[in-house]
Amino acid sequence: MRDSTLKLSVGYAFLVAISALFLIPLVWMVRSALMDLSQIFVMPPIWIPHPFKWDNFTRALTTLPFDKFFVNTAVIVVLGVVGTVVSSTIAAFGFSRIQWKGRNLVFGILLSSMMLPGAVTLIPTFLGWKSLGFYDTYVPLVLPAYFGGGIFNVFLLRQFYMTIPRDFDEAAVVDGAGFFQIYYRIILPLSRSAVIVVSLFTFLGAWNDFFGPLIYLKSSEKFTLALGLQMFQGSYTSQWDLLMAASAAVVLPCVVVFLIGQKYFLEGITLTGLKG
Amino acid sequence: MTTDILSTPAPARGKSIRSRERKALLYGLLFTLPATLGFILFTAGPMIASFILSLTDYNVFKSRTNFIGFDHYAVLLSGKDELFTKSLGVTFYYVVLKVPVTILISFAIALLLNMNVKGRSIFRTIIYLPNIVPAVATSIIWMWLLNPDLGLVNTALSWLHLPTGQWLYAEGSVIPSVVITTLWGIGGTVVIFLAGLSGIPDQYYEAIEVDGGGWRHKLLHITIPMISPTLFFNTVMTLIGSFQVFSEAYILTQGGPNNASLFYLFYLWRTAFRDTEMGYASALAWIMFAIILVFTLLVFRTAKSWVYYEGDERS
Repeated sequence: MRDSTLKLSVGYAFLVAISALFLIPLVWMVRSALMDLSQIFVMPPIWIPHPFKWDNFTRALTTLPFDKFFVNTAVIVVLGVVGTVVSSTIAAFGFSRIQWKGRNLVFGILLSSMMLPGAVTLIPTFLGWKSLGFYDTYVPLVLPAYFGGGIFNVFLLRQFYMTIPRDFDEAAVVDGAGFFQIYYRIILPLSRSAVIVVSLFTFLGAWNDFFGPLIYLKSSEKFTLALGLQMFQGSYTSQWDLLMAASAAVVLPCVVVFLIGQKYFLEGITLTGLKG
Repeated sequence: MTTDILSTPAPARGKSIRSRERKALLYGLLFTLPATLGFILFTAGPMIASFILSLTDYNVFKSRTNFIGFDHYAVLLSGKDELFTKSLGVTFYYVVLKVPVTILISFAIALLLNMNVKGRSIFRTIIYLPNIVPAVATSIIWMWLLNPDLGLVNTALSWLHLPTGQWLYAEGSVIPSVVITTLWGIGGTVVIFLAGLSGIPDQYYEAIEVDGGGWRHKLLHITIPMISPTLFFNTVMTLIGSFQVFSEAYILTQGGPNNASLFYLFYLWRTAFRDTEMGYASALAWIMFAIILVFTLLVFRTAKSWVYYEGDERS
């Protein structure tokens, strides 16, 4: 569609203004993280710290054992991503590349759980894990990923698998391949980008998860970054320089992952959003 | 073998088809078994358990648990639990404010991004970026930005000689303030709209141009009908998400001031995990489920009249 120059420049101006609004909170966080407390509240605001106080980061990250929180989070995230990828690709294969009786019915039932508010299953699930002795462990946060890997991911992968021509499978069957070989040698390599999409979403979901760790973890040495940050916020309410440094350190890995995998994020969202 | 008796050509072919079907069924079930088990273990099972729990007075610290039938529901529906009524009101207010604002603003931004401007992908990246910031960090940043005395928002407003506000610290403004902080993460919805917009063929717009129609005609007669499935999807997802707001309440406001931001899920969490009234909290969960279901069904029902699916490939 060709737009007139006037319309384009008005749109452009709007986009610049909106982008600025979206960026300001992040810029504010980073500049405050690098600033001396004496400069932080100066009005009108100073945007560039002078001097750059890099040791805010070391001070913020050593007041609480953030290195430990980082390792804890990494363990949960890696185990979660592996479980999700293995489990959701297998399920999506079964729901798209094998024709079996009742397939769509079963898929429909599983899909309906996407609409279910988590609160309904929360309490019995919690009590179940607790009675099995898994309270204050990572098991409740990680193990469910190995059972289906989240129906949303299965849905996303299934959408992708259905676009792969069926001739590929048939050719493999002629060559004597079974379903598992078709999954492993044909579908999985062809769906690399969709697998990356799922991994990225799962990474972010696990990295940012607050509710799960809040409910299942008790000992602070097992805390994740999100919980640690919240704990930090509770005890250093007015130390905005350190608070911003800690926040920036937690946000940074997400931003890096997003910027590297940007193309896949957008692809993934397109894949889910196009079909109502 | 017994099958030899039936070895006329046609049934033999039928047989091989049937065995292939059986093999497919076996493998289909096998591949989907972890997911099905997961559904039973983490969705269906807990759902049933949650309902049963809601009919008891189960409390972690009480030695005896009694079956009390629908007593919890009776208490809740009679309005005797003022905090429940309050949290319901708060959550409805939030949903009513958040859903239309989110949909309108993200649609408008998507329309802007869909224009052929230079640096489109940079704008898109910037607008999506806050969506990936952890809720805890988002809350901490906004707590400061909206701080009545030291926050950037009030500073900017007073600099522009506009009235400042108490934001998260006043009963009247706390919910709109929470909506503002969540609008920062609107990027996900924007990108979904954008995907829908880019799927509209140019010829449709060209046809309007040939007929001499302006942008308003394009928007009303092409864009909105063509985008309606995406609009529908985004509305349902935002609706379901808004009913379940939690982190914001937990970190930003702790339900205050004076319970003015006592979001439903926050109240539920408090009842279950602080007061350990898990039976009562289960009843709260089921009421929430029923409300979300009713709203979602309502949106689905109205969808027939406004959601347009091209052709009939609706699968």
